[in-house]
Amino acid sequence: MKFGVLIFPGSNCDHDAYWTIQQIAKQPVTFLWHESHDLENCDAIIVPGGFAYGDYLRTGAIARFSPVMESVKRFADAGGLVLGICNGFQILCESGLLPGALMRNIGLKYVCKPVHVRVENADTPFTSACREHDVLNIPIGHMEGNYFCDDRTLAELRQDHRIVFRYSTLEGEITAEANPNGSLDNIAGICSAGRNVLGMMPHPERASEPQLGGTDGLKIFASIVASFAASRETILSR
Amino acid sequence: MTTSATLGITPELIREHGLTLDEFEKIKTLLGGREPTVPELGIFSVMWSEHCSYKSSRVHLKRLPTCSRRVLQGPGENAGIVDIGDGWACAFKIESHNHPSFIEPFQGATTGVGGILRDIFTMGARPVAVMDSLRFGPISARGGRKFLADADSNVATSPAEIHRNHSILEGVVGGIASYGNCFGVPNLGGETKFEPCYSGNPLVNAFALGLVRKDQIFYAKAAGEGNPVIYVGAKTGRDGIHGATMASEEFSQASEAKRPNVQVGDPFLEKLLLEACLEAMQTGAVVGIQDMGAAGLTCSTCEMGARGRVGLEIEMDMVPQRETGMSAYEIMLSESQERMLLVAQKGREEEVLRVFQKWGLDAVQIGRVIPENTMRVLEHGKVVAEIPNEALTDDAPVYKRPLERWEPPVAREVPEHIQLGMTRDLTGDLKNLLASPNICSKRWIWQQYDHMVQTNTVEGPGAGDAGVIRIKGSQRGLAMALDGNGRWCYLDPRLGAMHAVAEAARNVACSGATPVGATNCLNFGNPEKAHIMWQFSQVIDGITRACEELDVPITGGNVSFYNETLGEGIYPTPVLGVVGILEDERKAVRPDFREAGRAIVLLRASEPGDAIDAAFEFGSSEYAKEILGELWGYPPQLELKGEAALQKTVLELAQAGVLDSAHDCSEGGLAVALSECCFQNGVGAKIELSSSDLTAVCVLFGEDASRIVISCDPSLVSAIKQIAAKHGIEADLLGETVPDVLEIKLDNKVVISAPVSLLHGAYEGSLQKALSTEPDLATMSSG
Repeated sequence: MKFGVLIFPGSNCDHDAYWTIQQIAKQPVTFLWHESHDLENCDAIIVPGGFAYGDYLRTGAIARFSPVMESVKRFADAGGLVLGICNGFQILCESGLLPGALMRNIGLKYVCKPVHVRVENADTPFTSACREHDVLNIPIGHMEGNYFCDDRTLAELRQDHRIVFRYSTLEGEITAEANPNGSLDNIAGICSAGRNVLGMMPHPERASEPQLGGTDGLKIFASIVASFAASRETILSR
Repeated sequence: MTTSATLGITPELIREHGLTLDEFEKIKTLLGGREPTVPELGIFSVMWSEHCSYKSSRVHLKRLPTCSRRVLQGPGENAGIVDIGDGWACAFKIESHNHPSFIEPFQGATTGVGGILRDIFTMGARPVAVMDSLRFGPISARGGRKFLADADSNVATSPAEIHRNHSILEGVVGGIASYGNCFGVPNLGGETKFEPCYSGNPLVNAFALGLVRKDQIFYAKAAGEGNPVIYVGAKTGRDGIHGATMASEEFSQASEAKRPNVQVGDPFLEKLLLEACLEAMQTGAVVGIQDMGAAGLTCSTCEMGARGRVGLEIEMDMVPQRETGMSAYEIMLSESQERMLLVAQKGREEEVLRVFQKWGLDAVQIGRVIPENTMRVLEHGKVVAEIPNEALTDDAPVYKRPLERWEPPVAREVPEHIQLGMTRDLTGDLKNLLASPNICSKRWIWQQYDHMVQTNTVEGPGAGDAGVIRIKGSQRGLAMALDGNGRWCYLDPRLGAMHAVAEAARNVACSGATPVGATNCLNFGNPEKAHIMWQFSQVIDGITRACEELDVPITGGNVSFYNETLGEGIYPTPVLGVVGILEDERKAVRPDFREAGRAIVLLRASEPGDAIDAAFEFGSSEYAKEILGELWGYPPQLELKGEAALQKTVLELAQAGVLDSAHDCSEGGLAVALSECCFQNGVGAKIELSSSDLTAVCVLFGEDASRIVISCDPSLVSAIKQIAAKHGIEADLLGETVPDVLEIKLDNKVVISAPVSLLHGAYEGSLQKALSTEPDLATMSSG
């Protein structure tokens, strides 16, 4: 399975995602430059964290217009796997691949710390290695992680089980205190209707090695690899 | 020379440029007898400013030890470089941005971080960590008394000042966060201290460290006649003109008007500049490169020429400009951020330019290398400045300023109204001390910094003594720590400086890393005052002694004088950054107790002093400052040979893998150190101490140097004692870890007992509480 990690000017978690995929998840991976339309036959695309285009105007607002995002949209529409992390989540929202928006944190400050998220839906290509209501310990680091959408969208997200992660306590309780940024309904990650696009604020690549504080993040990458292999088998067995 | 007409330089114009009349005469001599042009006068004024020329400090800085078998680059380049093995080297440096941060806290701090990052990547090293040492005036009414040189009584800090200190702190922290987070470099913490003397003079010292392959280091040196000089990065604007000169004078009430002198940082642009520079270096077509920091284009042009014994000729019309109608004077003196100057190989310009184009950055040839050792500046093809490089660098004035021994206006003996032996609520004292600004958790600050990006952070900010990162693709890790203690340096500059070196190195050793190099940021008042210069000289002596004894050479740093507002100076404040190598990052030692049932041992280099010494030294402690509201006496004694042995001991124990934890015992003494070990994992401790003939407060809160609290498997205590004894170090069994409660017995009597959660609560919440409590401005005095 081949991963592609996008590089926008200002991306700064691109190398981290690359390292985790190559060295820890042991998968082939390549960088994809923002000005290129070519996704180089990748099977999954990572839209990494950072400050694409300096986050000028609004987070992700300029990145959505980049040539590579046109290709990513076509790839996603065709069912390709796309994972947006942090700034990547913001870019996916701006691109219309995911609904809603990420506003300034309720405390108005950048927050970098480990948080707990509860897996709300383990039936996605990104969470298949987890069980529903597993609690993962994964760090966040952002200024704009306060998820918001209108009531109708929220109802849809709930009904379609598209809310994948919610901020919770260690015990898995969804409380206001566990919410680090004021997100609507404690939302930390959502997926597309087709389940093939996931956006999440926590950084799984920062929680994939024990000496960095934990390995819960690796479950996301492991899920992607396992789901892809399973989908391959399904196709081959037809 | 064929030049634009000189405008007739008046004594006023000379003074406005911060130059003395004697210096002006020297300029004329160096120019072969002629008067400088106005652009030349501007160029001299910035290059000869204290900030750029080190004219007051240079004679003293020479005494610092700067060599070891590991040092690849000592002072004199953009950053020092140390060999760390496996083909890797690390570049690191600390630099001040005090003056701009007072005038405009947010931008002052951002550009401080930006400047130090450029110093690192201009050497070919990718920045992998930053830290900051910050000092502010009081942020609450408690502990806010000033000890003035010219007053008998202490003066409380006014609500207006507290209010301003809040906004300076919030601005500085916001600026550091904004720049580092966007640039994508983890912030591993550092230190934040509060003293009344920093009220009008906050200190913002930014440290950065980068990694480079040993054979891929770049230098700021021009070479090769005819080689193109290329300007890259941001366009030049009118911001920051005379920033270096501003940093070389005291503040007055008119300093507010200097806000336009503060530059504005753009971390996004710097991130692009980093990636583009490192990629351009990979082409092999870059000869030399230097960032444009203080004194901007002027400094990079003459220094690169001087180092290569060649000259640079540049044409102002070619310089990318943000504003129209800029004069040569303004372009040469601008301190616009995020700019670099590089010399490329002739014929291979295109390869370099293509990289910058890819990253969307301006890159233009603005000149060429000439054989004469001269800086030549052209405007519309006409020479407007032509100055020998040496006149601006090596021949800049050097002052051997007068020194005068100085005693602080502080009692050396315990004040009569203080009874150290009085019975007290020591648990309450501990709680208050843990909540005091200098000791409490700085989480409110470092949680705003991305300390995890790059996925190398093994030990981030917080309770840890040092920040630790791993090096990808190697077993090795690096530890780093910043330390300073202005109050101790005020009482005894030489001894205080020795402590700063010793503590920074001890912090690094506690993490299991061998200290191998140091950088210093020397923050002082006005060097034209003899007692300030004496403090400076004493501090250099102290650093020299300690660095020699602990085997950590100084590889670079920065001097910041004129930290005075309205004639009132700061405590002499040297800040030391020490870097150490972990042979195996998996052996990094943390400061926290891990679980109940483990032994707690105190490693110490010396016997506690007698009761009289202890009482003298106690006056310099955090307890005396915070709980008693007093300052007297001297800093604790420091025996450097013992300190070195202590560090060797803890390193050997870490290497042997027998330590659960190791934590330096410093501000707040043993009781505070033990509390800090409890917090992370909520593990308590039962401790038994004996007082000898010391008072309880001295035993619990005294700040004797050279002590480390460790915890370990109880069965290993005797082996640890043996290893310690081999180094001449005492290892006292203090007690054991237990669940949930910290209990300290002194001579078999419980003197401190509290749930860990209670102490932790006091430690964690107080900074945010202080910052969200606005002082009562109704009682604010005018002005």
